[in-house]
Amino acid sequence: MPFELIVALRYLREGKGQTWLILTGIGVGVGVIIFLSALITGLQKSLVARTLGSQAHVIVRPREEIPRVLPTRDGAVRDATVERPAQRVRSIVQWQRARADIARIPGVVATAPSISGPAIAVRGDGANSVLVRGIEPDSYGRIVNLEAFLKAGRLDLDGFKAVIGTGLAANLGLEVGDRFRLRVGTERDDAGLAVYTVSGIFDIGNKDLNERWVFVSLRAAQSLFGLEGGVSAIEVKGAEIYDAEPLAVLITERTGLVADSWMRSNEQLLTGLRSQSSSSLMIQSFVILAFALGIASVLAVSVVQKSREIGILRATGTSRAQILRIFLLQGSILGLVGSAVGIALGIVLGVFFSRLARNPDGSATFPVSIDTVLYLRSAAIAVGVGLVSAILPARRAARMNPAQIIRSS
Amino acid sequence: MSVPGTGNSDALLRLESVTKDYGTRIVTHVLRGIDLVVEPGEFMALTGPSGSGKTTLLNLIGLLDRPTSGRIAFQGWDIAQLNESETTALRGRSIGFVFQFHHLLPAFTAQENVMLPLLADRGRRDAEMEDRASALLDEVGLADRASYLAVELSGGEQQRVALARSLVMRPPLVLADEPTGNLDSESGAQVFRLLRAFNERYGTTFVIVTHDDRLAVQCDRTVHMVDGRVDSDT
Repeated sequence: MPFELIVALRYLREGKGQTWLILTGIGVGVGVIIFLSALITGLQKSLVARTLGSQAHVIVRPREEIPRVLPTRDGAVRDATVERPAQRVRSIVQWQRARADIARIPGVVATAPSISGPAIAVRGDGANSVLVRGIEPDSYGRIVNLEAFLKAGRLDLDGFKAVIGTGLAANLGLEVGDRFRLRVGTERDDAGLAVYTVSGIFDIGNKDLNERWVFVSLRAAQSLFGLEGGVSAIEVKGAEIYDAEPLAVLITERTGLVADSWMRSNEQLLTGLRSQSSSSLMIQSFVILAFALGIASVLAVSVVQKSREIGILRATGTSRAQILRIFLLQGSILGLVGSAVGIALGIVLGVFFSRLARNPDGSATFPVSIDTVLYLRSAAIAVGVGLVSAILPARRAARMNPAQIIRSS
Repeated sequence: MSVPGTGNSDALLRLESVTKDYGTRIVTHVLRGIDLVVEPGEFMALTGPSGSGKTTLLNLIGLLDRPTSGRIAFQGWDIAQLNESETTALRGRSIGFVFQFHHLLPAFTAQENVMLPLLADRGRRDAEMEDRASALLDEVGLADRASYLAVELSGGEQQRVALARSLVMRPPLVLADEPTGNLDSESGAQVFRLLRAFNERYGTTFVIVTHDDRLAVQCDRTVHMVDGRVDSDT
């Protein structure tokens, strides 16, 4: 064991009361940081997972239809009042090519074509406005794991089969195997009206979506909305959820289509997450500051208490650099041991808290994530802070003049 | 390295016109021009009334402090030309200290206190330094106290541990500042006998600051200081 470490450890052991006090302080501080981070990370993970469970990272759509102002022959505009046209369900031009282009963009994990359009679901006298979603179960399954939300039946969209939500099923009294009609409510004369058989019932965990979403096959949706061979959207899954916005920008650049990321369409959620993160960061910073000051003051007192011993060490051949290292080591050791105490405390708190607050179904209200990287980071921060806090006291110790100490004592 | 102007490099220590002032606004002239030569193997007493500059001179000789003017050569090295770490290294290896108030580290055992200079010099603990420390503790009659913490020892015992520590690097020079000043007469006499014994056994040079005339007369040479000057050298 190196000389400096021997002396540093001996000094920490000698100042029992002080050492324990500051270790407890650092422990509580690191514990709070760990617990807070784990809680907030867990909370955010579950929020994002819930939001993205039923949603693609990026949805690509055709550009909106805008009316053109037609100039007259001499170039003048006669009538500048332009009415905004009603938006209809439209196909992406050459969507297969667009999809292939998107799939080639780095960071894209999966793509799926889909058609979304409004309709009325009718059974007997009951009617319910719905959003028909035409999908290919295979490609869509790689983006949203619909299978996982199924409560009854199977994910089978062959022919005129449909998968509906629990809300719609309850409203129209539908069960697996029952039939209902879908009516597309546009003014077109050949508006589709088809009979579908319920093959599965899902529960996405969102009342509105459970009432409104009806999944049918892509082909069925194409004929329903008169989009033979076309799709109205390409849904995209990226490798990293928080890279969705730059990915959307990239897709727009490459394809010229409109690309909306989940981050854009859930801006409020994102703002919430961000302010949560920044407030937790602020609390953590103050906790770190508090224990840095604690370590610094304990060591400053120790330097004064030990000035006579520092004089002896210097007189007996200990160099300034060695004295400096002895006190820097003390700071680092306090940080290291304190963070170990804190990590243990944080885990205990986290487990206790996640057991305490439970949903009716038995799952944790605040899922606390246990994260090795977080622990290592906290320990590294604590050691670093210990080291930095020790700099001033250590320099003071190293600069002490042995002759002066010995003369005054 | 030979120092220009020091003709006789056989001297262990050579001081030429050394002065030391303290303070910046109110300047105190503690040493007012000291010329002194100490030869290897000497057993020398440094006496004088308090305030005469004995301890200040000892700190200069011990390389703990630097003179305001004048030249100090130790084993032929001009100490003004050494930097901080060279001074520390030279001090650690060549000069042992015994202070009036024992000055042991309370958190360490007697044996650890003795081997502390070796530990600082080598950086790591080894068996050889433990043996050396044990042997020295045996020589000062404290073999059975090796594992006691410094605070568990009596005053006389602590001073004997400090003496063992000052010798562990086998330095050519040991400086003792009132080594018996804080002890009862019996313990004091025991410590003094040990100083003398080490001087004779290893040829270690001792410079002993004391205001006890009974000790001074037992030394081979007495340098008496008054008001920062050497008053007599016998």
